[in-house]
Amino acid sequence: MELQDIALVIRSKNAGPRCLTLDVMFGNEDDYRRVAASGALAAEPIAELYGRAASDVKVIHYPLSFAIKLVMPRTVTAGDPGDRDVYGAQQHAPLLTVSVP
Amino acid sequence: MKAVSATRRLLQAFSGRPAFRPLRLLGASGQLGYGIPTPAFAAGLARKPDLIGCDMGSIDIGPYYLGSGRMATAPEATLRDLRKVLLGARSLDVPLVIGSAGSAGATPHLEATLDMVRRIAAAEGLRFRLGVLRADIPKDRLKAAIRADEVTGFDGMPALTDDDVDAASHIVGQMGMDAFRRAFEQDIDVLIAGRACDTAIFAALPQMLGFPTGLAVHAAKIIECASICCVPGGRDAMLATLDADGFELESMAPQRRATPVSVAAHSLYEQSDPYSIVEPEGRADLRAARYEAIDERRTRVSGAVWHPAATPTVKLEGSCRVGERAVLLCAAGDPRFIENHQSILESVSGVVRELVCEDAAEDYTLAWKVYGIDGVSQGRRPAVLPHEVFVLVECIAPTRERAAEVVRTTKQYLLHHGYPGRLSTGGNLAFPFTPPEVSMGEAYRFNVYHLMQAREMDALFPLTVENV
Repeated sequence: MELQDIALVIRSKNAGPRCLTLDVMFGNEDDYRRVAASGALAAEPIAELYGRAASDVKVIHYPLSFAIKLVMPRTVTAGDPGDRDVYGAQQHAPLLTVSVP
Repeated sequence: MKAVSATRRLLQAFSGRPAFRPLRLLGASGQLGYGIPTPAFAAGLARKPDLIGCDMGSIDIGPYYLGSGRMATAPEATLRDLRKVLLGARSLDVPLVIGSAGSAGATPHLEATLDMVRRIAAAEGLRFRLGVLRADIPKDRLKAAIRADEVTGFDGMPALTDDDVDAASHIVGQMGMDAFRRAFEQDIDVLIAGRACDTAIFAALPQMLGFPTGLAVHAAKIIECASICCVPGGRDAMLATLDADGFELESMAPQRRATPVSVAAHSLYEQSDPYSIVEPEGRADLRAARYEAIDERRTRVSGAVWHPAATPTVKLEGSCRVGERAVLLCAAGDPRFIENHQSILESVSGVVRELVCEDAAEDYTLAWKVYGIDGVSQGRRPAVLPHEVFVLVECIAPTRERAAEVVRTTKQYLLHHGYPGRLSTGGNLAFPFTPPEVSMGEAYRFNVYHLMQAREMDALFPLTVENV
């Protein structure tokens, strides 16, 4: 199953001009726990998906909203020449097809 | 003038009896200048709020606005929103607090906002005491802080140098609750602040009235975005009713429900840590926060704990000009062009360089984004090539003329470039209109995004008060 078949929200946004944050939110505790336990959104696979070092990816579990937050540095400061997504709002797409065992 | 200002009356009412009754805070807009829905705002006024607040800016909109001194919002829409909140607050005689004036909160943004406020006051016959807080950081002050080793890069920004400081066209600091407190002590009705923490807009006054700082900051962080914390989220006014033990949240739009899950989820939005709200004066710890449904539309929140900082710090933002930007807007539908676009663009870039640098230095950068391939995310490639692509070619050069020269030359040579296997000798590009080259104006980048230790906030964020 893919993440987009389970999650209610898969989104990305800047958290300041140097930081990208990705939120994956689920509709219930079971889905949240299943994905959290699967390791599909652990630092290593996410780092590989986004071409980063695993040490650059922070994973925060937020059971209050059945959510998992991923935080990583932006490759380019928001709005610098060469930036492709000033708000960082379209960097979530690689997550959609993440396979959840 | 009337005898007692809106803030003085609140301070007097709570004097000697901290947090003796609930305080109603109305978040009118998370981005003043993009329209405030009237029905929800009117419903909010009917609830007789003790304070009306609006955030007007953000760093999220990018470096152009701070660098150029221009507002992101349209003047007419900004004027309409300002008129709405000014009339609303004055009709109830309650404080109106606006932070990060004019999108980026530097002097030009603040002055443009104040000009609008004075025009509205004159046209509507409003009289009030106006407090103004400035956020520009003097360059000498910042250089002294660099020398004293009191400035550190935020989120991996390189160490700040005097050259960076000199290059920035505007540098602001995000003022916090301390600056706002100083203003509220001065008997004001309306407070317009330059660059400010969005939380300070709503949290500073409750703190002065004896409400717990952690709760006030948590409530502020939620309602500064209006009804975004609801399902469905939206821009309608949001009410927080704060007491000594927690706060209740209710959207002023009947269709928007503040549920425990939706409110808790707001802590994720545009934040790198959902368990912490960092302010100049300290940090609200949300790990013990509780979210409980009152009914289908209202949630009660409690549990945030405030930890004062050992040394207050101010987040600095600065933007510097990098040149003039010109772009070429064009597209292609030939599969051979699309397959070979990378080598074609590189070849054309070389041809252009030879031509425009024949008698001039290579003083520009030329870059492109090919939408359909990797325009949004560098390094991602489609498994199957699209049948059409949009090509955005961008030049940044020292002058407007130079940038225009480079993109116009690029347009002609990209149009007619002969590549191996080419069949379409009529031209490689589809132009959506002419001219396809556009001069965009000045280009900026953030060159200051640092934390500065600051023990004396008073001098950093000067206050002026005037009778309007």
